[in-house]
Amino acid sequence: MTVSGVSRDFPKPHPSIRGGAFYLWFRRRSTIAVMMCFPLLALITCLVAYPFAYSIYLSMLNKAETAFVGFGNFLFLFKRETFWLVVQQSILFALVAVIFKALIGFIAAHAVNTIPSKGQRKWRGMMLVPWVIPPALSTLGWWWLFEPTYSAFNWLLEEFAVPAVPWLSDVFWARFSVILVNVWVGAPFFLIMYLAALKSIPEELYEAASIDGASAWQKLVHVTLPMMRNIIAITILFSIIVTFANFDIVRVLTQGGPRNSTHLFSTYAFRVGIESGDIPLGAAVSLFMFPALAILAFVILRNVRQRTVSI
Amino acid sequence: MADVSLTKLHKSFDRTEAVCGIDLEIADNEFVVLVGPSGCGKSTTLRMIAGLEEITKGDIRIGGELVNDVPPKDRDIAMVFQNYALYPHMTVFQNMSFGLRLRKYPKKEIQRRVEDAAEVLGISELLQRRPKQLSGGQRQRVAMGRAIVRNPRVFLFDEPLSNLDAKLRQQMRIEIKRVHQHLNTTTVYVTHDQVEAMTLADRVVVMNNGLIEQVGTPGELYHQPRTHFVAGFIGSPAMNFLDCKLERNSGNLEVKLGDMLTLQVPADRGSRYEPYVGRGLVFGIRPEHVHEKRAGEDAFAEVMVNFIEPLGMETMVYFTINGVELCGRVSPEADPRPGQTISLTIDIGKMHLIESETNLVL
Amino acid sequence: MTNIVRNNGALSALLGSKTSLHTNRRWALFASYACLIVFVIFFLCPPFYMLVTSLKTNAEIANLATNPWLIEQGITTEHYTHLLTETAFLTYFKNTVIVATFVVAITMVISVLAAYALSRLSFWGSGVIATGVFLVYLVPDSLLFIPLFKIVGGLGLLNSYWVLVLVYPTLTVPFCTWIMIGYFASIPKELDEAALIDGANHMQMLLKVFIPVALPGLIAATIFAFTVSWASFLYPLAFIYSDNQMVLTVGTVTTLIKGDVFHWGGLMAGALLAAAPPVILYAFLMDYYISGLTSGATKG
Ligand SMILES: Nc1ncnc2c1ncn2[C@@H]1O[C@H](COP(=O)(O)OP(=O)(O)O)[C@@H](O)[C@H]1O
Ligand SMILES: [Mg+2]
Repeated sequence: MTVSGVSRDFPKPHPSIRGGAFYLWFRRRSTIAVMMCFPLLALITCLVAYPFAYSIYLSMLNKAETAFVGFGNFLFLFKRETFWLVVQQSILFALVAVIFKALIGFIAAHAVNTIPSKGQRKWRGMMLVPWVIPPALSTLGWWWLFEPTYSAFNWLLEEFAVPAVPWLSDVFWARFSVILVNVWVGAPFFLIMYLAALKSIPEELYEAASIDGASAWQKLVHVTLPMMRNIIAITILFSIIVTFANFDIVRVLTQGGPRNSTHLFSTYAFRVGIESGDIPLGAAVSLFMFPALAILAFVILRNVRQRTVSI
Repeated sequence: MADVSLTKLHKSFDRTEAVCGIDLEIADNEFVVLVGPSGCGKSTTLRMIAGLEEITKGDIRIGGELVNDVPPKDRDIAMVFQNYALYPHMTVFQNMSFGLRLRKYPKKEIQRRVEDAAEVLGISELLQRRPKQLSGGQRQRVAMGRAIVRNPRVFLFDEPLSNLDAKLRQQMRIEIKRVHQHLNTTTVYVTHDQVEAMTLADRVVVMNNGLIEQVGTPGELYHQPRTHFVAGFIGSPAMNFLDCKLERNSGNLEVKLGDMLTLQVPADRGSRYEPYVGRGLVFGIRPEHVHEKRAGEDAFAEVMVNFIEPLGMETMVYFTINGVELCGRVSPEADPRPGQTISLTIDIGKMHLIESETNLVL
Repeated sequence: MTNIVRNNGALSALLGSKTSLHTNRRWALFASYACLIVFVIFFLCPPFYMLVTSLKTNAEIANLATNPWLIEQGITTEHYTHLLTETAFLTYFKNTVIVATFVVAITMVISVLAAYALSRLSFWGSGVIATGVFLVYLVPDSLLFIPLFKIVGGLGLLNSYWVLVLVYPTLTVPFCTWIMIGYFASIPKELDEAALIDGANHMQMLLKVFIPVALPGLIAATIFAFTVSWASFLYPLAFIYSDNQMVLTVGTVTTLIKGDVFHWGGLMAGALLAAAPPVILYAFLMDYYISGLTSGATKG
């Protein structure tokens, strides 16, 4: 029998066994935690972090991916008029669409909150339909509504003796249309958020305001809006990200046309990267989204943190 | 059944020291109550016994076995929480049997134990309900039932009655006492309510600032508090305290309260108080030992009544002496009115003197 | 000033404020219903129009003289039967179901495990991971589809729907983890402690206490994962081009549009059928989903 065998056969003194067992147990706790997080970490590392880094690398290659060109792709984009159109349209698209989504969402939430609670579910349910249909598919319906020859909208306009609108072929109207569809898809999200926030405001605050003699408008300004400030901010910031990065609607409705006037970063990146086969240039285009997204994410995170602290 | 022993038990969280070295021996079958103001470390102590908090320093033994590093499930204890902590998705039966099922007890045995426990607690009709469908008192019973079915060596209770209204609390107090008499399991019970402590405990442990102030039977704590804190904490309304001076006057000891009032110290305390003559002390007397002057008694003081609290059986009167608001208990017949002047006497035999520097009762 | 307002209030109280309150309330109600009707018309007109088109004969669709909003020449189901019998629609449907099922399963396993660890077993770095999860949730698919295109191409997965099973979890897991953390964090700590004393280990705690108690959150997360994998458009459009690997969104949008003449009726029928599963799911489980979504946001 070897020495080590002996020492293994003899039990250690009682407390130190306990100490060892405890140490093991304690270590197991964090080991288990890390093991449980491992799939998540693997997913984020392999399919988010790595592709992102790879994307930066790709954007610095030439079209054939044979040579390193540094910032060549970015500089090339700066000289393209189309690229500036894309920048301009992405910003316009995100801001205008989010403003209207927030407005419609707020008004609709308020309206739902005002009517007797018996009917609220029904109305809310009907207004959530756009949000439930996959956007690519509902945009197909809009496309058909805008169809030049058969447009059902133009048919209605003609009934009222208004001239037909070139929905998707005129630059202004095409931009209008993609924003309209985006508002249609996204407003229900705001409705849900605002309705939940409205419902979480204690009724006593309104009663106290009534006793203090506040009018409906004053209640809105002095009770509702301050109580909802945070959720409004977070919802808007979040929606700006989603809208700014939107792909489906423009892709199905206009494919970027007419004359590239409705391209967003995502659709333009798809056009140059996948369809035209210039993957590095496409990567460069989509990377241009990153600074804006990073700033928005930072602001959201700060907002969320503050909320948790103040609660 | 087992005894529990705590030796030099310490617990520090990041910055604060919650328990600063306590020693306590809890005998087999004993019902011990830890009582003290909120934040004094009672729960932390209990949770260390349960194994829910790591021990910073010191030892805990259950039934003689060192359990510092034994996980909660192997300590053979059961715990009842303040907010019941019932599993909301399980029926009462499932809640009570969860521990047994995890330990793979046979179905028959589980059935029998749950039914017995339900019988003891009078919740046999509720076994198929969910916690949501129960009242506060019923949930409390289920939480106790969950502890009972395991037939553990030690019961731990952390403020189990704090979420109940006053009437139910009294009812459940009796219930807990009955269960303890029935099962005779060693019990450690935490509360901040001294009435609960006094009525339930075989022995009360008064804690303050992470330390034990005194351990004793309810009677000992009431009649012989060891420290200023215990004297003030036990009893309701709280003991009256007044700064005083101990002086010798022709062989007798006298307590001087300010310039006006002088009290004769009972003769049997003379030797005990002798060393403190001339020192500044604190004089303590419970409200129930201050009452209206009856025929043949000496008046302690003539005081003006600030306000009164009629309780039916007795009336509490509040008055001011030397700028300190004090409380006394008079019979309703005396019919004191605010603003009125009344004569009060005290049971001088029940007085306490406390040394200011050490806060010890002499 | 305030005094005057107060006096006015008192005055109107004397003069019967009940009626004025009543009329105020009536006006508010009237305005609310007016808004709601306008919004509902706006929100429901495209799906309504899609439904109408899908039930019309080709001849009526092509006839410019008829009212496009109504079916005047008889209802037909020919577009639906054509769709189900003569196109690859059912293949798309099958592929989508497979993808969605796998993605939901993978997502729930990953995010429930991670959420349990992050909300209960606090360990070195758990705060950073939780923040990271939130940030990844904000990463849109349109930022990474080009490098992913190269990567899955390198893996030889291009043009197979399994690539979607691989990449969709990047869209679903962060949010699902986030809402599960919220739900788990709202479970009182005493409940784990009770389970710990009852003798549960981590797995039993998770399976027998946490998951059943947080079931509404679990359902919300499941619906989210399902919807995302059903509705995603960019990844399948970029990664898949064969008919037999195609999923519903892309299949409907790209391959049902054939030739110079659009088959509008068939297209609308396809879009509606493809959208039906999530719509039906929402109809039944809307409340779970909304509470999950809003709690994720309001819990922060
Ligand atoms: N998990 C914790 N982290 C940090 N401090 C704690 C923790 N739990 C308790 N404490 C602190 O320890 C002290 C004692 O707490 P506790 O034992 O809960 O008191 P109580 O007597 O009211 O039950 C308090 O000051 C409390 O703030
Ligand atoms: Mg406590």
